Amino acid sequence: MNAYAQSAPRAERPWGRRLRGWVPALVVLGLGLAAWEWLLPALGDERYLLPPLSDVLQAFWDDRSELLEAGWITFKEALGGFVLGCSLAFVLALVLARWRPFGNALMPYMIAANAVPIVAFAPITNAWFGTLSPWSKIVIAAVLCFFPVLVNTLRGLTSVRPESIELMRSYAVPQRVVFRRVRIPNSLPFVFSALKIASVLAMIGAVVGDYFGGSTDALGVKVVSAVSVAQYETAWAAILVASMLGIAFYGAVAFAERLALSWHPSTRAGNE
Amino acid sequence: MTSRIGSAAARIAVLVLVLLGLWALWEGYRALWEETGWTRPFRVNATTMPHLHDIVGALFDPLREGEPLLARFMLDAALFTAKEAAVGFAIGAAIGFLLGALIARFAVLQRGVMPYIIASQTIPILAIAPIVVVGLGNVSILGWTPKDWMRVAVIAAYLTFFPVTVNTVRGLRSADPAAVELMESYAAGEWAVFWKLRVPASLPYLFSAFKVAATASVVGAVIGELPSSIQSGLGGWIINFNQYYALDPENLWAVNLVAALLGISFFLVVVLVEKLVVHRPPEILV
Amino acid sequence: MSTSEAVVSARSISKTFGKGGVNALQDIDLEVGQGEFISLIGPSGCGKSTLLRVIGDLVEPSSGEILVNGKSAHRARLDRDYGIVFQAAVLYDWRTVAKNIALPLELMGYDRATRAGRVRELLHLMELDGFEKHYPWQLSGGMQQRVSIARALSFSPALLLMDEPFGALDEMTRERLNVELLRIWAELGSTVIFVTHSISEAVYLSTRVVVMSPRPGRITSVVPIDLPQPRTFETREDPRFFELVTQVREALHAGGAEL
Repeated sequence: MNAYAQSAPRAERPWGRRLRGWVPALVVLGLGLAAWEWLLPALGDERYLLPPLSDVLQAFWDDRSELLEAGWITFKEALGGFVLGCSLAFVLALVLARWRPFGNALMPYMIAANAVPIVAFAPITNAWFGTLSPWSKIVIAAVLCFFPVLVNTLRGLTSVRPESIELMRSYAVPQRVVFRRVRIPNSLPFVFSALKIASVLAMIGAVVGDYFGGSTDALGVKVVSAVSVAQYETAWAAILVASMLGIAFYGAVAFAERLALSWHPSTRAGNE
Repeated sequence: MTSRIGSAAARIAVLVLVLLGLWALWEGYRALWEETGWTRPFRVNATTMPHLHDIVGALFDPLREGEPLLARFMLDAALFTAKEAAVGFAIGAAIGFLLGALIARFAVLQRGVMPYIIASQTIPILAIAPIVVVGLGNVSILGWTPKDWMRVAVIAAYLTFFPVTVNTVRGLRSADPAAVELMESYAAGEWAVFWKLRVPASLPYLFSAFKVAATASVVGAVIGELPSSIQSGLGGWIINFNQYYALDPENLWAVNLVAALLGISFFLVVVLVEKLVVHRPPEILV
Repeated sequence: MSTSEAVVSARSISKTFGKGGVNALQDIDLEVGQGEFISLIGPSGCGKSTLLRVIGDLVEPSSGEILVNGKSAHRARLDRDYGIVFQAAVLYDWRTVAKNIALPLELMGYDRATRAGRVRELLHLMELDGFEKHYPWQLSGGMQQRVSIARALSFSPALLLMDEPFGALDEMTRERLNVELLRIWAELGSTVIFVTHSISEAVYLSTRVVVMSPRPGRITSVVPIDLPQPRTFETREDPRFFELVTQVREALHAGGAEL
C-alpha cells in the first residue's frame, strides 16, 4: 500500500536476496562505465572535458608512482588538518557546553562561520607559511573541519533529554561526571557524523588549497599543471587518486563509527 | 511585545560584543607577536597580518589613481559570483528535488542509484571544478559554447544537487506512518498524499540541505573562477591580488572579507526563508 | 435489528498476520446498529485495534465478510463513510488548528467558503474557539485530541472509529472529554465504535460493551449497558454503574485476561 516504505533493514534479509539487491547498482555501474568509455567520445570532442576511461587509466598507470607519492603527501596534509581541526573543535565544544551562556550566544556565529569560503584563504596561508610548506594546506584543512565538528559536537552535548540531566542532579554529582556519563556518550552519534563530513572536507581542503600554488609534489598542483598543458587524462588520473583516498579516509571513519556505536540503533539497522 | 524588542536588542548586543571580541583578539595577537618577535606559527608583520582597519580601509581606496573605489569593483565581482552561485543553486535544487522524489517513490531507483549518490559525496568535486570550467569552454553543443559564468554555475549546481537529493529522499520518507494511514482513511489519491503530507513533512530536511548547498554554491563559484580565464568574479580578483600580495596585502584580505560576507549572506537568506516557510517546534537544548 | 439497518455487519472475520503467524482475529461476528455506541475492550493482543482497522478497510481480513453501511468496507472507505481518530493526534506540525481540521475537506474537494464554515462550526462544537491559528505543538494533549476529533467530524461521517483516543491523557481530562464525546454523539446522532483499555470508560460511554480476549483474538461476551441517557458526571457514582463495571471485569477474567 505504501510505496515509500523502507525496504527491510539489510541485516535481516537473507544472503541471496541481499546480493540481488545489489543488481540494480551494478547494472548502473556497468552502464556508466560503458558510457564513459564509448558513448562520450562518440558524442563529440569531449576529450577536453572527460577523456575516455581507458585513457585516464593509462595516464594513471604511466605516472603511477608519481601520482601515488603525491597522493600520500596530500593525504598527510589532509590528515594533519583533520586531527588539528577536530581536536580544537572538541576542546572548544566541551568548554562551550560547560559554560552554556557562551555556547548559546556563540552558536549562531559558528553556524554562520561555516558558510565562509575558507578555501579562498589559501593564498594567505601560503603567505604565512610559504607556498611550498605543507602547513599552509594543513591550516586550511583544519579550519574547514573545525566549524562543522564544533557545531555538531556542541549540539550532541546539549541535546540531552532533560530527564537524564535531572536524574544526575538528583545524585548531586559534579559537572564532569555529568559530562562523562551522560553528555559525552549522547554526543557520539553527532560527533561521528561530523567526523565523516570533516574527513571529506579535509581532503578537499588539501587538494584545492594547492590550486593556489603549492609544492609540485602535491596532488592539487599536479591537477592544475596538467590542466594548463591540456593533459586532461593526467588531471583526471590525479583526481581519481584523490577520490580513492577520500573514500578510504571516509571509510576509515565510518568503520570507527561502527565500532564505537555498535549499541546505537542507527548503525544496527543499516540504513542507506 | 517588549520581550521581542528585548531579545532583538540582546542579539544586537551580542553581535557587537562578538565583533569587538574578534577585533580585540586580532589586534592583541598581532601586538603580542610583533612585540616578542615570535616566528611560530608564522612571523607577524604588516604583510602577514595587516591591521583590521587597514583591510577595511583598502575597500574605500581606489586601486589606482583616478579609479573608482575598490569596494565598487568588489561589489561587481561579488554580484557576478553571486549570480553564478544562485543560478547553479536553483538548477541543482530543482534537479535534486525531482530526482529525490523519484528515488523515494521507486525502490528500484533507490537500489540502483542511491549508492552512487552517496559515494559521490566523497569525491572532491571542488577539485574537478577547474577542469570542468575550462573543459566546458572547449565544448560546443550544436554550435553553442556555454558562457563563462554558466560554466561556473554548473559547478554550483553539481554541489547543490547531492545534498538536496539525499535530504529529499529522507524528508519524503519521514512522514509519520500514522499520518499516512489517516490519508488512506480519507481515500486520498497519491498526488494528494504527496503534496499535502510528504512534501510539507520534508521541508525541514530540505532546508537543512539548502543551508549546506547555499554555502557550497558560493565556494564552488569562487573555486570555479580560479582558472584565470574568468576575471569578473571574486575568484579572479583573488588570483590577481595574490600576485601582488607583497605590495598590497590588504587587498587580498579585503577580497576574502567580501567573499566571506557573500557566503554568509547566502546562508542568511536561506535561514530567513526557512523561518517564513517552516513552522517547527523550537529545539530544546539542555 | 436486520442486516439492512446495521451500520457495520461483520461475519466470520478472521485475520492472521505473517505466514503461520499471529491469529489476530478468529471468527468475529458483530453487528452494530445505527446510533449505537460500541466499545471494544480487552487486553493487549485481543485484536480490538485490528478489528477496528478491518472495519475501516485499513487492514484486509484473511477471511470473512464485512459490510459497512450496506457496502463493502473498501467501498465505504472510498465513499468516505467514516472518520477515524487514533491514540496519537497525528496532527500536521506545519498546519494551524484550523487548517488541520480542514484537511479532509480539502482532500474531498470542498470549496473554500464551505470549508471555512465547517471549520467554524467544528471549532465551536469542540470548544476550540480562539485556537484556530495555533500550531499543534502549542496545545496540550487534550486539546490536540479535540482537534483530531474535530477533523474526523469535519466531513460529517455517520460512523466514527476511535482507537484509544484518550489513552495518553490524564484521568481528569479523559473524563471531561468523555462527557464531550457523548454530547457530540447525541447531537450528531452518529454511530461510534470505540476501542479502549479502560473498563470504566467503556461502561460510561457505551450502549454495548464488546469484551474480547487474545490468542486467538475473539469476542467472548457482549454486555449491554442500560444506564440512562444523557450520562453525566453523576452517572459514575450510580450503583448500577459499579455493577456493570464489575460485570465487564468478570467477563474479561472469564475470557482469560489477567488483571
